[in-house]
Amino acid sequence: MPLQLQHEGYSEEKLGLLAEKITCRETQASTLLALLGEPDHYTYPSIFIYGHHASGKSHVTECIMKELELPHVTVSCVECVSAGLLFEQVVMGLYGSEATALLPRSSSILDFVRVYKQLSSQEPSYQTRYIILDRAQLLRDMEANLLPGFLRLQELVDDNVTVIFLSEIVWDKFRPSTGCFEPVVLHFPDYNKGELHQILTLDSHPSYSPELYSSFINIMLGVFYSVCRDLRELRHLAALNFSKFCEPLERGEVKETDTHKLWKNIEPHLKKAMQTVYLREVSSVQWEEQQQKEEKEAGALKGLSAYAHVELPYYSKFLLIAAYLASYNPARTDRRFFLKHHGKLKKTNFMKKHEKTSNHLLGPKPFPLDRLLAIFYSVVDNRVAPTASVFSQISSLVTLQLLTQVGHDDQLDAPKYKCAVSLDFIQAIARTLSFDIVRYLYDFL
Amino acid sequence: MSKRKSRETHMLLGECLSQVWMLLPRLWECCCFRHLLELLRRTAVHGESNSVLIVGPRGSGKTMLLSYVLRELLEEKDVNKNVLQVHLNGLLQTDDRIALKEITRQLNLENVVGDKVFGSFAENLAFLLEALKKGNRSSSRPVFFILDEFDLFAHHKNQTLLYNLLDVSQSAQAPVAVVGLTCRLDVLELLEKRVKSRFSHRQIHLLSALTFRQYLEVVCTQLSLPSDFPDSRFSEEWNNSKLTEDKSVEDVLQKHFNISKDFRSLHVLLLLALSRVTTSSPAIQPTDLVEARRLCAADYKANILHGLSILELCLIIAMKHLNEIYEGEPFNFQMVYNEFKKFISRKSRSIHNFEKPVVMKAFEHLQQLELVKPMEASTTKIQREYQLMKLLLDHSQIMESLQRYPQCPTDVKQWAASAFA
Repeated sequence: MPLQLQHEGYSEEKLGLLAEKITCRETQASTLLALLGEPDHYTYPSIFIYGHHASGKSHVTECIMKELELPHVTVSCVECVSAGLLFEQVVMGLYGSEATALLPRSSSILDFVRVYKQLSSQEPSYQTRYIILDRAQLLRDMEANLLPGFLRLQELVDDNVTVIFLSEIVWDKFRPSTGCFEPVVLHFPDYNKGELHQILTLDSHPSYSPELYSSFINIMLGVFYSVCRDLRELRHLAALNFSKFCEPLERGEVKETDTHKLWKNIEPHLKKAMQTVYLREVSSVQWEEQQQKEEKEAGALKGLSAYAHVELPYYSKFLLIAAYLASYNPARTDRRFFLKHHGKLKKTNFMKKHEKTSNHLLGPKPFPLDRLLAIFYSVVDNRVAPTASVFSQISSLVTLQLLTQVGHDDQLDAPKYKCAVSLDFIQAIARTLSFDIVRYLYDFL
Repeated sequence: MSKRKSRETHMLLGECLSQVWMLLPRLWECCCFRHLLELLRRTAVHGESNSVLIVGPRGSGKTMLLSYVLRELLEEKDVNKNVLQVHLNGLLQTDDRIALKEITRQLNLENVVGDKVFGSFAENLAFLLEALKKGNRSSSRPVFFILDEFDLFAHHKNQTLLYNLLDVSQSAQAPVAVVGLTCRLDVLELLEKRVKSRFSHRQIHLLSALTFRQYLEVVCTQLSLPSDFPDSRFSEEWNNSKLTEDKSVEDVLQKHFNISKDFRSLHVLLLLALSRVTTSSPAIQPTDLVEARRLCAADYKANILHGLSILELCLIIAMKHLNEIYEGEPFNFQMVYNEFKKFISRKSRSIHNFEKPVVMKAFEHLQQLELVKPMEASTTKIQREYQLMKLLLDHSQIMESLQRYPQCPTDVKQWAASAFA
């Protein structure tokens, strides 16, 4: 049940309209409204609002400003590459685009304060003006005096203006080393499962009943809630997968009340979505095409991962396998793996002590070119002549970023490399060559 | 009647802040206020050059003191006619060149037309010094130079502005008062030798020496309405509410006092409490203050941890265990994933076995929230999974937020309590 927003400065109907637009955020909106006070009162010079991504910060602030018709300007700091762009947007939003002519090019905060003072003396405000800075964490990377300047803007320009900062990062990470004017810090908590359900069911499809959409949202939240609570992502996934959910209904196989059958139909689909669309390995357009194709090809659901599409020539694959073995096996174990008549591998004290740290946890180690070639020749089944084409494949592997070159570019006689692929990838490649790589890895002995 | 009451209640929101004007100077009347007033009066009336630094932590009232003194001084007619004021701020004037232009603009010297200042830095400096040097004690007007964020001026190249201003204040030229306001106690260390020697080493320290009793009195006076409030019956009721005598209110204020004595944070607390006053409850209740304190003193990172998904929380617990086992050594994603897999295979009933890329995305979300930070700036030479990271959370923060986490599965909680049981 929505709480009633009460405030004396504004009419009941405006507040009612506002309450309709912001669902599940009534407490935060009322705290913010109480802080803003009546339009002609001075508000605290700076307010800092933090909360998770897509927790309603910009939405609530924008709605309050628009519904109650307060003079404001919203600037997203992502768009402002330089401080001058930021000032220009603020002046344009508060005083109109002709006023930006007063600002010099690439203005500093001093010019901004001077121009603001001039404009505010020409057009005195009877209401508090609000400057809303979205993604405020980027202000920390701009000039050092920008953040402290904005925090005390009310004092610097001597006018009724308040700056509201919206950010994902907590206030502790913003504070400059010599301190600054501390703003009022407000927290927008994340939505819980019930609230997410309530908000997601707001955009139900017109041709189906809201109960059907609600049950779909339930199923989807059941799959995705433990992984992701971001409202935007969930909305995107819901929009993409709803048509697939309704397929059995359209085909006439099930009725709307048959939730179990609908669940059985959609669940593997959602699991696949988690591995592909959620990870952005596949674009949403491709995903939708794939959905339509699946009706005709009732084959196994293949992975749509990008990895499946890398095609390498025969020797390049062996070079990559050799590089992986060189990176993840310690050099002294090469004898045991690659020589026909090797002795037993004696375990020294050193090895016994450090057995637990597997190389797969620490990362690949660099190896010289000679070692790579030695392993390569022993791994490839037939005899290979050391021609330039083999060597050029090594450099093309480096360009593909499957190998990384370690050390200086100038070292031509003994270049060192590191293998930059994961175990799953190399296993997939080894499978195409019917090469059992696990047998050759020291960590899996 | 209630509507009028409500209007008045909300006039408080603006007036409360202006009440400080009447209150704080009473506390300073002892020394610093008189001292500063005398100093500036000597410059303005008797033509003596002075320099002084006002030092105090953030929010202790330096700017307020200065503006109060200036207001008091400018009420005298002969001062008001003669004195010129130049206000500079270290945040705005980041360079000596810009600062000099601002000075010439504020003094309305002849090379200013409209808003633009003509001439190069050297020319402006020469012009300004000429203008200041020509005068003497009797014939030229006294100038007050007020430098806010004084420590930032000390970072300019060669400290030319400071050198020149203090030089003028030491020699027998136009009477000049240089007043610097800063929050750094070691500001004199920042000055070069030649600048330091020209400074008069006069410092006014604004360190609050209030006891808790005096603090309570201050709170009481700040929350009471002035006598000229339009509705006298309402103001009487308000002033008699005896809020500070309540035990819970005293506890809250004691905790706040123990953390910081300055008035700015007190204002935020009182503002949050005041914003809960509505027509239905037209007085501040003790619960309002308790609630305001809870808002002020909330742990920000714990609030962020509250909104993480279960997978991300498991990753944080895995990192906590790694920190305990390896005593704070940096870890990489592969190690965290390994710990997570151990948990899934051995103990978990409720967590699904997620694929590695999904876990990687959760890890990157933690990085985006700045709960996990790479040890060095990211180099493309190292794969993402093997980059060394460190956790920016404390053991106690994690355990506390686990308590408050909604619907936390019990096996996750048990895993967090010990890695081995």
